Formats: sequence, structure tokens, C-alpha cells
Amino acid sequence: MKYIDEYRDADLIKKEARKIHKITTKKWAIMEVCGGQTHTIVKTGIDQLLPENITLIHGPGCPVCVTPLEMIDKALEIASQPDVIFTSFGDMLRVPGSHKDLFSVKADGGNVRIVYSPLDAVKLAQKHPDKKVVFFAVGFETTAPANAMAVWQAKQLGLNNFSILVSHVLVPPAMEAVLDSPFNSVQGFVAAGHVCAVMGYKDYEPMAKQYQVPMVVTGFEPLDLLQGIYMLIKQLEEGRYEVENQYTRAVTREGNIPAQETIFKVFKIGDRAWRGIGIVPNSGYMLKDEFAAYDAEEVFPGISNIHSQESEICISGLVLQGVKKPHECPAFGKECTPMTPLGATMVSSEGACAAYYNYGRYRQGVG
Amino acid sequence: MNKTKILLGHGSGGKLSAELISKMFLPAFTNEFLAPLGDQAVMNINGTRIAFTTDSYVVNPIFFPGGSIGDVAVHGTVNDLAVGGARPLYISAGVILEEGMPMDELERVVSDMKNACERAGVQLVTGDTKVVEKGKGDKIFINTSGIGVIDEGIEMHPGRVQPGDKIIVNGPIGEHGIAIMSIREGLEFETAITSDTAPLNHLVQDMLTVSKNIRWMRDPTRGGLSSSLNELAQTSKKGIALNESDIPVSETVKAACEILGLDPLYVANEGKLLAVVPADEAEDIVIAMHKNPQGKEARVIGEVVDDHYGYVLLKTSIGGNRVVDMLAGEQLPRIC
Repeated sequence: MKYIDEYRDADLIKKEARKIHKITTKKWAIMEVCGGQTHTIVKTGIDQLLPENITLIHGPGCPVCVTPLEMIDKALEIASQPDVIFTSFGDMLRVPGSHKDLFSVKADGGNVRIVYSPLDAVKLAQKHPDKKVVFFAVGFETTAPANAMAVWQAKQLGLNNFSILVSHVLVPPAMEAVLDSPFNSVQGFVAAGHVCAVMGYKDYEPMAKQYQVPMVVTGFEPLDLLQGIYMLIKQLEEGRYEVENQYTRAVTREGNIPAQETIFKVFKIGDRAWRGIGIVPNSGYMLKDEFAAYDAEEVFPGISNIHSQESEICISGLVLQGVKKPHECPAFGKECTPMTPLGATMVSSEGACAAYYNYGRYRQGVG
Repeated sequence: MNKTKILLGHGSGGKLSAELISKMFLPAFTNEFLAPLGDQAVMNINGTRIAFTTDSYVVNPIFFPGGSIGDVAVHGTVNDLAVGGARPLYISAGVILEEGMPMDELERVVSDMKNACERAGVQLVTGDTKVVEKGKGDKIFINTSGIGVIDEGIEMHPGRVQPGDKIIVNGPIGEHGIAIMSIREGLEFETAITSDTAPLNHLVQDMLTVSKNIRWMRDPTRGGLSSSLNELAQTSKKGIALNESDIPVSETVKAACEILGLDPLYVANEGKLLAVVPADEAEDIVIAMHKNPQGKEARVIGEVVDDHYGYVLLKTSIGGNRVVDMLAGEQLPRIC
């Protein structure tokens, strides 16, 4: 596959790994922010190519994982209603709520559908004027432009049967939450390439300076990651803390301006709860007041009574913050597996626990 | 989660399906023929070994690039017999039709079944039809059963698999699953991929002509390569080591999987077989397979090892290792 195989070339990858070995003289703990990067690392075994001195900490950048239990329960309540078509990206369907998941709602007769784009949900709303079509708008800055566009289009089309259940989160406040944590051990960030493709990386520059932490905006293929890690380790070894861009084929400093304009036509920034982390100020998007008619929380006022408690055994919050590794959890691979996930980090294939379970379990000697 | 009702995942061929069989059906019917949980039961009747299998087909949509439910209903059962080393002879068909199904669509399905029988060299010798009310079915469901004869000297089961044995696949994987997905509602994408649905019995006979020592075979349908090889690792109590760069995947399937966030190792096939063969016979078997249209891209993709018992390990193209686990439920497209 052109433009993909080049970034998976075994010889180039080994060469890049050798470069990292050559410059690493001290112990470093670095965090890859995005779940997609964790997925590539564990799926291809990049961690096995790195020097022992480098510890990778898997960051909070998995949208499925950080969606609060309460939001899942709200989604389940909406999806259970008879006049609703509930639409979602695929991997939200198996995320356990307090008592069930969207698959079970479907088995009970709920109209739950996987869509690949929120715009497909808008089409469904046009096709089924007698149903309320709801889209579960989760994700980081990456999915925000399309979700904003869906609401924008619904308004242009004059649809009164389309709404979104918003649980949008933002990456920079999460990185700050990690750095502010008393347990923090992260010394540098492999920053999330696709988020920066939309938002650019100029907002990261003051953060790097303030916390004296280097950051490298990095892509998702194995060669991208090794190159990003190399650039980051080089900064750490040289005592620099700048924002550098490895993913130049997709990311500019300013980002995608039309996409940003679309986001801010529809969304405003506000406080948001993160699963396992809690409420982080100014860490999410919510619909602007003029789009309240497209907010599922307004359309279904009954769900405001839902207040859910997280599992007591699950340590996904500590895993998301990089304080614990998945296999350090007593439930990992025992009570908690992809079949019976206790927390969302086990549910999504991007979640750190699922990635460890699926691809790294044997190496950890568990099971 | 909710274990009081049947979920779609129970039909995915992954862990939920396995659990349903082992906890619900096996305890009720346990006997020596069912217990090995092969694709077919093997019974010795008056000195002849008879293989017997059954399978139900609920494909949606019923017509897809490269075939129809009629093709897979015949090929699937033929293949379940063939991978046990049997020569398929006779099949049955039970057809459940939904009220309102267009007659010309049924004609196309029946014509596909007829052609598939001819291609495989089997006869449809008994059948049944039922009609259910509109909304109670999905146009057409087909169940087929089949019987075949296993020739003298052929013994295929997980117990025969030895460390050092080679694992062969007969061609590029994931084509049926991607062909179906490309035309699912809400997911349509343009692709030249067609389903690989095909009868494998002639290919298997060609392989058996070269070697009667083939240890084990499976047709990796639902759940893909990973499910079949995990089952083998667990039932044989050996380790399976695969080489990612040796596993054939077409560029189109690779691209579709990249876009959808799927792993080709878990995507369904309808014309593929996996065979475990003694190392010193692997080359001859692969050469023989290359002469058959169903095996022209056959190759060795890995081996059985005396290590990591019960696990399938994949050596990634960049030199790392990872566990290829069985799918928990349906494979879900990822968010980003």
C-alpha cells in the first residue's frame, strides 16, 4: 500500500531504533498521548525495539476510555426508548454501562446502529422523520469537525429529529492534568498527530515552556513513532524542551483553519468529566446555546437524573494517567478481560488494558 | 454483561460463540462424535468412515460481489466436509423464506446453489421449505447438511499436530468479509474486492494425492484465521508461530482494513483453508496446490512450536512479537 508500506519498512525501522539506542544515556519516561499510537506500539512490538532505559507510558488519548460511565448510562437510556434510532461509532457499543451495554440494548429491541460518520446519522434523520435520531458524539479534537458539521447541516436542513449526545474532550488540558498530578513521572510527550492536524500545535508551545517538558507531534505508523521517540529522546538528552513536529506530512503549526472554524461555529469550551480522572476545567466541547435544540441532553431531559458510580476494583483512572501499567491491576486478565471489561480501558482496542491483553499478555506472563 | 439474552456476538464465531456451545449445547448432547468439536462428525458405519456436517446461512445482503447466499450455503458445507479429509457426496437444504421475497431473487439463489453443487460435484438429495411472516426473517435463511466419505489412511485431528509442522494457507485472506462489508447499509465503499466463495474439495483431494500425512485442516470462515488457529493451539496444546510478512493479504483488503480499523486476521473467508503438514512434505504440498485454481497463491505462513502452549504468536513485520487472541465478540470499527 503506497504511503503506508514505506512507514512500515523493517530496515528503516531497525535503523531508526539503532539511532535511539545510540543517543540514550539515561533513564527516560515518555508518554504517547493518543490511543492510536498505543495501538501501533503494542500491535507491532515497537516497545521491544527500544532501549531498556526508555519507559513508555500510555496516555489518556482513547476517546472510548475517557467517556464517563454516567455518559454511557445516559446513552443506554436514550437508546432504549422506542422512538429513537441511536447511532454511534462501533467501539462504543461494547463499553459497559452500570448494568448493560449498547449491544444488550439492541438485543432488547433498541434501534442501535453503527455509523462511520455523523453525517450518515444526519441522513438517517432525513430518511426517518418519524424517529428521533441521536448520535453519540465522543472523541477528541479529531472527530469534532465532523460532529460540528453534522449539527450545522441538520440546522441548515431544518431537521427537528436529530441531536447529539456530547462527550467531547480536549487533549491539551488532559496533558496538563497529567503534568499537574502528584504522581506524574512523564518527562516528555509523543503528542497526538491527528489532533494536531486539526488544531495545530501552537497551543503546546507555552505548555512545553512552563513545565519544561519537550513534545514531538508524531504520526501513527511504526516509523513515525520511532522517529518521534528519537526526536524526543534527543531533546531530553540535550536538555531542550521545545515543540517539534515529526508528522510534517499532515500537521502544520496552525492546523486546519476551516475545520477549527466549523468546530467553533457549533461548540464552545467548557468543563468536562473524564472517566478515571474526574472533572477537568475547560477540557471539553459543548454545544453553543443557539444549537441547544440539537443537544440530546435537552431533547431527553429525563436523563439528567442519571448519576453513576464507577467500579471500585478498576484502576483505569491510574492507567489513563500513566501511574500504573495495565498488568499491575489485580483484576487484569482475571475478572477483567475484553469479554468482561470492568473499565473502558479494556473495552476499546485502543485502550491501554485491551492493547496489553490482546497483544502483550503473553509477554507479561499472565494468563 | 447481560447474559440472560442472546447477543449478536454469540454468532460471531469468537469467544461468545465458543462459550455458548460449551455451556449450553455440549452438556446436553455430549457424545464421542460431538466431543472433538470438529467442523464435521466422523462415524464408522460398516467399516466406512462417514463425515457428517451441518451449517446455517444468514448472509445480509443475500447478493454480494462474487456470489450469493446460494453459493456459500453449498460451498460452506462442502468445505466443512473437505477439511476433514472427506470426499463430499450428498447435501440437504432447508430453506426458510420470508413472506414477500421477490420470486426472481429466489430463482437467482436456487440457480447459484445448482451451479455450486455442479462445481463441487455433490448432489442435493433432500430438502425442505418453510415460509415465515414478513418481518420474521431476512428474505431467506438456508441450512445445509452434507455427508462424505473419508478414504483409508487419512487421519486429521489436532492430536496429530507436532512441533516443527508447517502451517499452509491457500491464498489471500479476508476477501469474503470485506466484500460483504463493502455493500452493507451505511458503509458502502467502492472496491474491486469479490468474495472468495469456492468449493475446496478438489484442492483437498489434490493435496491428499501428494501426502496422506496432512495432520489437520480447517476452513477459517467467521472469526477468520485467528479463530481457527487459536482453536488449534488450544485443542492441540501446542504453540502456533506466524510470520506476519508471509501471510497473504491483497492490497485492496489491506486498504479496506486500514480505513475501517479492522485486522485481516479476524475477517471472514469462504474459500480458504489452513493446513498443518509435516515440515518435510510442506514444499511438495504447496507445489501441488499451486496447480489448482483455488491454491495458486498457497504458501507457508508459520509453524507449530514446542513453546507458548495454547497461544498464537505473530512475528510482526518489524520484528516484534504479539499474541493473536480470539475475537471477544464482533470486530468493531474503531473511532479514529
